[in-house]
Amino acid sequence: MSAVASAPVRRATWPVHSLICAGIAYIVATIFLLPYIEMIISAVRPADQMLDRNFLPTYFNVESFIDIWSTGFGNNLRISLEVAGGSTILVLLVAIPAAYYTARQRFRGRGAFMLLVLVTQMFQPTAMLVGIYREFLSFGMIDTVSSLILVNAGFNMAFAVWIMNAYVAAIPQELEEAAFIDGSTRLGALFRITLPLALPGIVTALIFTFIAAWNEFIVALTLTTSSATEPLTVALNSYIGQYQVDWRHLFAGSVIATIPVIILFALIEGKVVGGLTAGSIK
Amino acid sequence: MSISAARDEPVVARTRRPPLKLAARLAPLVWVGPAMALIVVVVLWPVVIMIETAFQHISPDGFILGWAGWRNFVYLWEEPDLPGILIRTGIWVGTVVVGTMLISLALAQLFNQKFPGRRFARWALIAPWAASVVMTAIVFRWALDANNGIINVVLYDLGLLHRFNTDAADWLGTPGSAFAWMIVVAIYVSVPFSTYALLAGLQGIPSDVYEAARVDGAGAWRTYFKITLPLLRPAFIVALLINVMNVFNSFPIIWEMTRGGPGHQTSTTTTFMYQLKESYIGESAAMSVVNFGLVVVIVAIYLRATVWNREPV
Repeated sequence: MSAVASAPVRRATWPVHSLICAGIAYIVATIFLLPYIEMIISAVRPADQMLDRNFLPTYFNVESFIDIWSTGFGNNLRISLEVAGGSTILVLLVAIPAAYYTARQRFRGRGAFMLLVLVTQMFQPTAMLVGIYREFLSFGMIDTVSSLILVNAGFNMAFAVWIMNAYVAAIPQELEEAAFIDGSTRLGALFRITLPLALPGIVTALIFTFIAAWNEFIVALTLTTSSATEPLTVALNSYIGQYQVDWRHLFAGSVIATIPVIILFALIEGKVVGGLTAGSIK
Repeated sequence: MSISAARDEPVVARTRRPPLKLAARLAPLVWVGPAMALIVVVVLWPVVIMIETAFQHISPDGFILGWAGWRNFVYLWEEPDLPGILIRTGIWVGTVVVGTMLISLALAQLFNQKFPGRRFARWALIAPWAASVVMTAIVFRWALDANNGIINVVLYDLGLLHRFNTDAADWLGTPGSAFAWMIVVAIYVSVPFSTYALLAGLQGIPSDVYEAARVDGAGAWRTYFKITLPLLRPAFIVALLINVMNVFNSFPIIWEMTRGGPGHQTSTTTTFMYQLKESYIGESAAMSVVNFGLVVVIVAIYLRATVWNREPV
């Protein structure tokens, strides 16, 4: 995709048709960025201009990004990092062996396993929320970071298995066999030959899982009961009071929680569709 | 490795054979087992507990008081707000998915053209997809504020809104306009993925097909409806079904913008299930079982639709 996009740049002139397309596309692109621009503008609005009826305040004030750290925001940011980081590590730990083995070996139950993964990919925790809640209640794991890590890992593993399976399957098996002949074990060949070659798939799975767990809302809302264990998606709601909303801190927090994730996502943009549609689109 | 074992002396091989066979049988479990275990514990077992809960009598503070038979389903059926919620869920899924797919078809066509800066325009498109839906919904709630929301400021400047802080400016205060705006937000966050999925489909159509159409003298519209759309069908169906699933399960937009209120007048079955959970967990589980039944139907359609155009895994 990148090759297609960058090749015509060297062309000197563009036909009129392309320029019209470009104009419309830039307008569309702006529309899709507007809420996040408004988020940033609202975060740097001075407190006394928060409720003004204008597009831009008379000056910008970044204080909200400084004093937000005294509202407990840092702790919730740490929880979000723990949940997203923990889920990502767990997903990679269980999905890499599964993806590798299903790509390399035909074994009994393989088809059933892949079907189960495909079905899991379609499921969302929302549909079985009551069951998840009661299960973790019986485990005594309500209000713990580990429960959020487990659920996020479980529901995002399917994407990781599918995309890494596709990458491993595309690596010629002869490369591993050559390593076997040189006296390498299967694990040795996996770590020294296969995984480095499948790195783009692993990175895609890693970033995708991290973002999905970072953005997850309904499970965190259900399984956490104290503000000390809430990740950002839930914690930011505490700036919305019954009668007053602390918009400045709400948007400063939103910017910190959102902008890095959008940039991360841009890195894997071209590879995500293939993983989400589980090989059904060529 | 297994080859060298088989070449061993026959006698040795015979004595070693049973443990080897066992090891060979257990090998898949070692590699695939952890993933299986995670799916069972986090995805499958909650379904069992959810169905069990739907038939239990549980007090609001969480004590199991025994079996309830079908009573939870009867209570759910007798909820006065249920008919409205069911109709609204249908409208929600229908309008959001149709709106998303139509807009995505147009945008995929646009972003499939060659033009300067296409890469950057495509990057901008992913923002609502990458960002947390919670945050996006909060920004829209802020932009729709009756006093100073940016959307009202624009409407005021255009002369479409005459006074702030009126009922006309309070979009989220009345169920009809609140629900309409939530549909807009849901389409907005669904379009990026759908556009990308359709773009992938468009790029999979071989260019010689278009060459042939041009040689035959087919016009642009004719080419689109006779060639592009039929060839785009697999990608379209997959994107459509994934959208149906996402929109049906969508929670943060409604939750952040109206909490399903006033009353339950902007609730869907998903947000209603969540609200029931607070005090009537058995009835909430009954609602979940109904929702889950629909989810299973969508998954079944998805499998039927996708297996035929995928090479056997």
